[in-house]
Amino acid sequence: MNISFFEFISYGFVQRAFISGIFVGVLCSILGLFLVLRKLSLIGDGLSHVSFGAIAMGLFFGIYPIYFAIPVVIIASIFIVKLTKKAKIYGDTAIGIVSSVGLAGGVLLASASHGFNVSLLSYLFGNILAISASETYLSIALSLIVLATVYLLYYELFAVTFNEEQAGISGINSEKINLLLVVLTAITVVLSIRVVGIMLISSFFILPAVTALQISKGFKSAIFVSALTAILSVITGICVSFYLDLPAGASIVIVNFILFLLSFLWKKRM
Amino acid sequence: MENIVEVKNLNFNYGVAEVLKDVTFSIEKGDYVGLGGHNGSGKTTLVKIILGVLSSNSGDVFVFGQNVNKFKKWHKIGYLPQNISLFNPIFPATVYEVVSLGLISRKKFPRKITKEDEKIVDDALEELEIFNLKDRLISDLSGGQQQRVFLAKALVNEPELLILDEPSNTLDARTRNKFFNLLNDLNKKKGTTIILITHDIGHIGEHANKLLYLEKSVVFYGKLSEFCDSEKMEGIFGHESQHLICHQH
Repeated sequence: MNISFFEFISYGFVQRAFISGIFVGVLCSILGLFLVLRKLSLIGDGLSHVSFGAIAMGLFFGIYPIYFAIPVVIIASIFIVKLTKKAKIYGDTAIGIVSSVGLAGGVLLASASHGFNVSLLSYLFGNILAISASETYLSIALSLIVLATVYLLYYELFAVTFNEEQAGISGINSEKINLLLVVLTAITVVLSIRVVGIMLISSFFILPAVTALQISKGFKSAIFVSALTAILSVITGICVSFYLDLPAGASIVIVNFILFLLSFLWKKRM
Repeated sequence: MENIVEVKNLNFNYGVAEVLKDVTFSIEKGDYVGLGGHNGSGKTTLVKIILGVLSSNSGDVFVFGQNVNKFKKWHKIGYLPQNISLFNPIFPATVYEVVSLGLISRKKFPRKITKEDEKIVDDALEELEIFNLKDRLISDLSGGQQQRVFLAKALVNEPELLILDEPSNTLDARTRNKFFNLLNDLNKKKGTTIILITHDIGHIGEHANKLLYLEKSVVFYGKLSEFCDSEKMEGIFGHESQHLICHQH
């Protein structure tokens, strides 16, 4: 493209893409660190499959899919936690059950409707450059709520992630904190759908976190590095996608992966 | 004398396996209790019930006069677990961050670490002679160093009750001596009540003033002098074991 960088960022849709991408990216990267350390990294993937079903339902009933998906995915996240506890099965198994049911529901609805397969596909791969102003405001508002919750409950989340049993002895209700973590993840998954698409959401949670784990020298620094990696990936990914005419979500993921490789190689040299 | 821990008719099963049977005892303020018994005798399970991690099948447990199910003042208790290395090895926490976690039990929402808290953590690190490790990752340390970090975490609140589960396993001889001297000082100078779990009862007489010997049920609980004078205990433990415990005292 023959336009300057300043001209590029003067477009409203580009500004919205940067703002939404950075907010959602930071959110995913911070929650992702807790999830990766708790060996729950695939919960993002599982909930994204549920969101596929929820979006199909939204389209089927003629309700704006993102608004419809938020409560459905939150309920699914709580169901995963309850299923793990009540049915005495491992978390990954509960994620597998809920995710496959969500995906199957979406496919059935898509097949029954015959009319919204194209719209559904746009949610599968996302399009950050097509984000509307109202979606940007929703991303900012929900991101601020989730970030404020993480800030206020930082030590509870840190303690439960470090050692659940010891956290309990410190008077922290681990069960409530676990529930909160998956609910925050559910909200974030839905927010990420328009940015990166259902298929690539889990990479937003996992890649910045594992990059941070390669090079961080403390938990707070890991959070900072994870967020920074996400911001860098979103900015670089959007620019690359615009100038090379590539899909934005996939470009962000590839930049994320390159940063992980660099951090891995840097650690090996140390 | 105030009871710090009171256990009444406690029973606990893991499925069909009976782990604790009709356990009754009380620990008074300032006691230094050696909790002994063979592997699988129920020592760690008993401590986890006292700490509210496990719930009993029947019986009552009171901590600082309050039923453990309703107990909230966890900052009064410091706990050094048996398997300190059970944390995730890729967890990127520094020594400072781990020890500061010990302070959060006395904080209310929103829990935050203040400048004063930082000084308290620094003092705990100095006390355990690990201040030089403050910014190191916990996963990069040796077993003995990790043990001292977790002890600093247990002590940082200046707890009134300190529970240590097999604490000397990974310590070298020099560190071990300093460690037990520190416990003696805490018990004698600050009146900290201590429960020291060990399967090696030969060491109990060296440090504790009371012995609680467990084999699912309480085999013996009382002062060491009573244990040493008891012909019944000589019959159970044998003359050599009894002599070993009492000689160390």
